[in-house]
Amino acid sequence: MANIEKLEQITSQVRRDIIRMVHACQSGHPGGSLGCTEFFTALYFEVMDHNNSFNMDGKNEDMFFLSNGHISPVWYSVLARSGYFEVSELATFRHIDSRLQGHPATHEGLPGIRVASGSLGQGLSVAIGAALSKKMNGDPKIVYALTGDGELQEGQIWEAAMFAPHHKVDNLIVTVDWNRQQIDGPTKEVMSLGDLEAKWLAFDWEVMHMNGNNVKDVIDTLAEAKTKTGNGKPIVILMKTEMGYGVDYMQGTHKWHGKPPNDELAQRALDQLKETLGDY
Amino acid sequence: MLENIVSTGKKSTRDGFGAGLHQLGKTNPEVVALCADLVGSLKMQAFIDDNPDRFIQVGIAEANMMGIAAGLAIGGKIPFTGTFANFSTGRVYDQIRQSIAYSHKNVKICASHAGLTLGEDGATHQILEDVGMMKMLPGMTVINPCDYNQTKAATIAIADHDGPVYLRFGRPGWPVFTPENQKFEIGKALLLSEGTDVTIFSTGHLVWTSVEAAKELAAEGISCELINIHTIKPLDEAAIIASAKKTGCVVTAEEHQMNGGLGDSVAQVLGRHQPTPMELVAVNDSFGESGKPADLLAKYGLSASDIVAAAKRAIKRKS
Repeated sequence: MANIEKLEQITSQVRRDIIRMVHACQSGHPGGSLGCTEFFTALYFEVMDHNNSFNMDGKNEDMFFLSNGHISPVWYSVLARSGYFEVSELATFRHIDSRLQGHPATHEGLPGIRVASGSLGQGLSVAIGAALSKKMNGDPKIVYALTGDGELQEGQIWEAAMFAPHHKVDNLIVTVDWNRQQIDGPTKEVMSLGDLEAKWLAFDWEVMHMNGNNVKDVIDTLAEAKTKTGNGKPIVILMKTEMGYGVDYMQGTHKWHGKPPNDELAQRALDQLKETLGDY
Repeated sequence: MLENIVSTGKKSTRDGFGAGLHQLGKTNPEVVALCADLVGSLKMQAFIDDNPDRFIQVGIAEANMMGIAAGLAIGGKIPFTGTFANFSTGRVYDQIRQSIAYSHKNVKICASHAGLTLGEDGATHQILEDVGMMKMLPGMTVINPCDYNQTKAATIAIADHDGPVYLRFGRPGWPVFTPENQKFEIGKALLLSEGTDVTIFSTGHLVWTSVEAAKELAAEGISCELINIHTIKPLDEAAIIASAKKTGCVVTAEEHQMNGGLGDSVAQVLGRHQPTPMELVAVNDSFGESGKPADLLAKYGLSASDIVAAAKRAIKRKS
């Protein structure tokens, strides 16, 4: 059984890390990072069978791919907090000579990252390729991927969405961060996604829903999704989140998508987030 | 010797790719093939017949194919993607840049129907910018073999190279003149014929055209050094510098835009290390059009007579 209280403590520390990282370099994407904190924490501390000594090929372990690479702060924090690299390295985020690039990259050899992402729409295809390699290798583990919802406006996503059911890529659990926001405003105003559930169903995916800001719901839904693998269909979870969740003035708006807080607002955010594991 | 370079018949370079892939299917269990609805054009059927479980039909979705190839490489596979050169590069440049080149994935991008010799389909499909796009990507190896035998050998060789590769070949039947079962060394220029008056560096289909040109020049008493640059990146700089020093003037010949092609790579090397009079035989800032391959090569200045004229201009500039 998952210790929900312990996971919630981790999410508080991860949110502190996110605020401190983007504040220190005065750049980066806090909004989506804060919204996906429960998801990343659940994935790395509870759901995935993974090895923090990190092997690029991920053989005989679960793998995760982040397609919407701009929410790198939450991923870096969770990777560090789960032992992939020293927590102190988070202080180098977006600075020169860092392994923690603005968007995730393999180029500097940061453990935990298997492909660069940031230019949107590509990660789902890569995750499918990794899932196919697992099938070819007789490896029963699962591939997880996260995409943004605005990112679904990229055509390549739907090429991948058509491919996976046709080829029965059923060792794949994709989550869509359905925060209904993108840089220029609400998705319904920028480019409506329409009936998102109907779209994935029409492409013949197994569709599930969860509340991405409730760690128990995330764990329970991902556990249920795992039971649905191996049945001939890929799985997509439409995850409702609030952009900026956990910091009152950032919550539910696109305005903090890619903007760091100033000194005063960073302090105001940190005052709302308990230091549970020790700041880096 | 120049007179010993003779055609043993015509076969397409894409058939050489298909034969190489077929052989890899027997020898390397990690090789997998992907295709975007062009199995027949890419000559992949023999591989598929032998290895149905190692072939992935992606449909008409090249961007997705590049991403899937990157993912397969992460899992330890050696993916070979197959589609036309246009759809292997320009259409998917950002996918190759981010998911393959920047991420250093061991993907082999195999591209047929490159250049004007695609023929009747016209300029929409006759990509003449692909070498330039691919060679600009850090870490990308760019190979343009000259005939069936060399394309087969190159296909086999790139499976053993760790890193992304762009392998460019073409549609038409073309003279076969390199030895069968030759060993292919990535990045190693091949001296076809020694000469003293001018060097012709050529790549792809235009290597044969350069052989024809060199024979014409020989008949006029002009001695050409003929070098096959099958690997445009990494470029065999030492071979280029040494030959330029020896003959004192050079010509490059390729089925590509002048901007971004072999000629501009050679010019960079010579400009830095061995400034030498140089003429470039390439498409001059133009799209192609429909027509027979030979007619197109003539119209766009890529025939043997154009190489002959370029060699004479280069020699004149030596003084």
